[in-house]
Amino acid sequence: MKKALSNFYIALIMIFLYAPMLVMIVLSFNASASTSVMTGFSLKWYGELFNDTTTLAALRNTLVLAVVSSVISIVIGTAAAVGINNIKKKWLQSSILTVTNVPMMNPEIVTGVSLMLLFVFVGKLVGMSDVLGFPTLLIAHVTFNLPYVILSVLPKLRQTDTHLAEAAQDLGCTPVQSFFKVILPNISSGIITGFIMAFTLSLDDFIISYFVSGPKFQTLPIVIFSMTKKKVKPDMYALSTLIFVAVLVLLVLMNIMQVRSEKKEQSKQEL
Amino acid sequence: MNNNPVIIDLQNISVSFDGQTILNNINLQIHDGEFVTLLGPSGCGKTTTLRIIAGFQQPDKGNVIFEGKNIDGVPAYKRQVNTIFQRYALFPHLNVHDNIAFGLKVKKIKDKKVINKKVDEMLELVNLKGFGSRNINSLSGGQQQRVAIARALAVDPRVVLLDEPLGALDLKLRKDMQIELKNIQQKLGITFIYVTHDQEEALSMSDTVVVMNNGEIQHIGTPLDVYNEPKNAFVADFIGESNILDGVMHEDFSVEFSGMRFQCVDKGFKKDEPVDVVIRPEDIDVLPEGQGMLSGKVTSVTFKGVHYEIIVDIDGFKWMIQTTQKSEVGDTIGISIKPDEMHIMKKSEYSGLYGDYSSFSEEFDELSDPTVTEEEE
Amino acid sequence: MKQSSAVKSFINAPYLLWSVLFIIAPMIMVVYYAFTDRNGDWTLANITALGAYSQTFIRSIWYAFVATLICLVLAYPLAYIMSRSSMSKQRTIMMLVMLPMWMNFLIRTYSWITLLANTGIINTLLSKIGIGPLHMINTPGAVILGMIYNFLPYMILPIYSIMSKLDYRLVEAAQDLGCNSFGVLKRVIFPLSLPGVISGITMVFVPSVSTFYISQKLGGGKYLLVGDSIEMQFQSAYNYNLGASLSLVLMVMIIICMIIMNKFADNEEGAMII
Repeated sequence: MKKALSNFYIALIMIFLYAPMLVMIVLSFNASASTSVMTGFSLKWYGELFNDTTTLAALRNTLVLAVVSSVISIVIGTAAAVGINNIKKKWLQSSILTVTNVPMMNPEIVTGVSLMLLFVFVGKLVGMSDVLGFPTLLIAHVTFNLPYVILSVLPKLRQTDTHLAEAAQDLGCTPVQSFFKVILPNISSGIITGFIMAFTLSLDDFIISYFVSGPKFQTLPIVIFSMTKKKVKPDMYALSTLIFVAVLVLLVLMNIMQVRSEKKEQSKQEL
Repeated sequence: MNNNPVIIDLQNISVSFDGQTILNNINLQIHDGEFVTLLGPSGCGKTTTLRIIAGFQQPDKGNVIFEGKNIDGVPAYKRQVNTIFQRYALFPHLNVHDNIAFGLKVKKIKDKKVINKKVDEMLELVNLKGFGSRNINSLSGGQQQRVAIARALAVDPRVVLLDEPLGALDLKLRKDMQIELKNIQQKLGITFIYVTHDQEEALSMSDTVVVMNNGEIQHIGTPLDVYNEPKNAFVADFIGESNILDGVMHEDFSVEFSGMRFQCVDKGFKKDEPVDVVIRPEDIDVLPEGQGMLSGKVTSVTFKGVHYEIIVDIDGFKWMIQTTQKSEVGDTIGISIKPDEMHIMKKSEYSGLYGDYSSFSEEFDELSDPTVTEEEE
Repeated sequence: MKQSSAVKSFINAPYLLWSVLFIIAPMIMVVYYAFTDRNGDWTLANITALGAYSQTFIRSIWYAFVATLICLVLAYPLAYIMSRSSMSKQRTIMMLVMLPMWMNFLIRTYSWITLLANTGIINTLLSKIGIGPLHMINTPGAVILGMIYNFLPYMILPIYSIMSKLDYRLVEAAQDLGCNSFGVLKRVIFPLSLPGVISGITMVFVPSVSTFYISQKLGGGKYLLVGDSIEMQFQSAYNYNLGASLSLVLMVMIIICMIIMNKFADNEEGAMII
């Protein structure tokens, strides 16, 4: 009885979470351009999607931005995590971490607005009227990605024995060599987590991008936003359905991999 | 002592951190092939001394001389000195073989055969033959310890530094590893500098024991030396159990303590110089009431297996005596001490701090507790 | 230690520079714009102009508060059920909760229009059983629903992550000491899950109070929130100074809320990070 009740509750929440997505998926196969009534089945919106140059360009922009910003974030973020971890003075460490948390805790709209003000202000100083574009988007994305990278690398560094780097130097490594040969392999899982987080955050970001982008370089969420201002065409639904399927496959794969590695770990322990 | 040439010479080393003195004017000469132990309680500066030799820390003052050459400022990775770390610091992402081969690969030895041969040799030396492909985390503490030893020795160091290497092992394993480490050291003839707070470990393994406290060297000597002829009350108290009494050296071979004059074997003190008299609990003979040199009342008796440990109140000073003769609490007994069992020491800053068993203290247990780890850096 | 300090500061330098330029400087810009006029002269006009927005602020806080509360009520039992389920079930539910977060929130929110419209799917279904049509779209309820829908996962995940680590022996110990089920919940489970709750509340309240898209789409532009006002100043009215002062107040308000929240949580770090 209790179990049935639990399952019923889970089902209710899931219906709530998935109802709009179900609507979206069903309507992506709509024969007419309506985003409210299903008039018949067709694949024409999928065809249309692949001919929609604006959307495809925006998709490409989004991917480029996500890749570049997350790569920059993991490089700066990992170095920062190492630096923060090495700081001996507790107050200094915690004040740097507080500043690090700011982009995470601030409402996104405030982060977006504040960066926009900075860019516009600097633009005025150097006499540029249209500063907003790829560089400003890149800076903004790296800025909001960095705390996630730092916060996923830092715990790995703290778990790493402080003597490992010394042991490597003791055996003949220069400090730089010891970082690449010993520290990096031990924190790589944190860096990968940070990269995945940064990448997905960057892909999905709308609010901050909305304030720091210009007409020259538009990402997918911004294109979608300007479409939803008017009437949304079902090819957006088609795109979302494709993304949904991709994410679903990815998550399932990740789950399977996790289960496998856990099983491996278990059998190792049993040995 | 050792007649080999001096390999490491610490000259006037001083270190302070945040205004606190960690090491104060350390002078120490270590000979090639010697097994030297730095012994002392937590925070005495022994680990810092080791880190200065390894090159992980720079002294504020003083020089480190390695085979006659000043190596101040030479980074750790260029020193022919290797460390076996307290909690091993094995690389978790590498297997046993790759851990041991690490130093060789860094040295740019390209020939796989040379590396494999050396690794196998090392594995055999530490009795881990066939463990090469094992994962570090699948090894027991004792096995990890052996890998750490093999890894440090694989690069043919001139000096091996060991920072409480057995601290994380249980007692039985510790004893076995002590013997094994000593054997390896003798077999290879390499200088070992060993840091520990365990006095038994220090006495049983070392050629030379360096007793440290508060950043200063208290006594350098052979194990027999530091046990039988401690330089001051701290050394006497830290190594083994001891009764330390206030005394006066009236003239050569004559000392007064506990209100009586006794014959002794020491000389060379000023007339009527105040001294500390050390008497080991096992050197005291128990006699029936009325006999012996002093007498007192038994206040506690503890059975310890090989002997009884009894506390006797003699004129308000509580003596510890280890004896095979049984007595009861409340008995009055006589005691006698042979002249050569009385060790006379000059007064020092530690006089009066140790050696009375009136508050039969737990301090020894604390100091030799292997789970107490040091955080000196 | 001396020679390596140079290396250390070198490692830190890019990030420190970055945070000064792109975290601290933008904050200073917000303050600067809030206290200056179009010509860059000092003024308090932007701050005094905020009086006209008091309604908006109160509405934003009220909607966000209601949405956060409902999220908590919905998420807590789910997190508890999850933490007591089998490992594979936990993983599946977790995946299902996270999946919507990876989808574009604009499209997902937009789909609700289809569901809530007067001739939408829900009303069509209701009319079949003889109810309605209900007026749902463009109401405060629809705005709050949008908030709950978008941010519910942010409440579920932190509470679940704390509960899944909770040592079940503590529950048994409490039962052993005479607690009934309600007592166990009140005296053991809830206090221990508090850091997750605090973190969930912050993670739902902050985006809810500052949102602008949800209110525009599901509220039909009738129920303006602070986020809408800020967006308007920057994207259509082009009064950056007023926009900056609105942002400043929003930021200060949220900082105050967070300080109060953190007072509740013993473990500050738990509240700041998931």
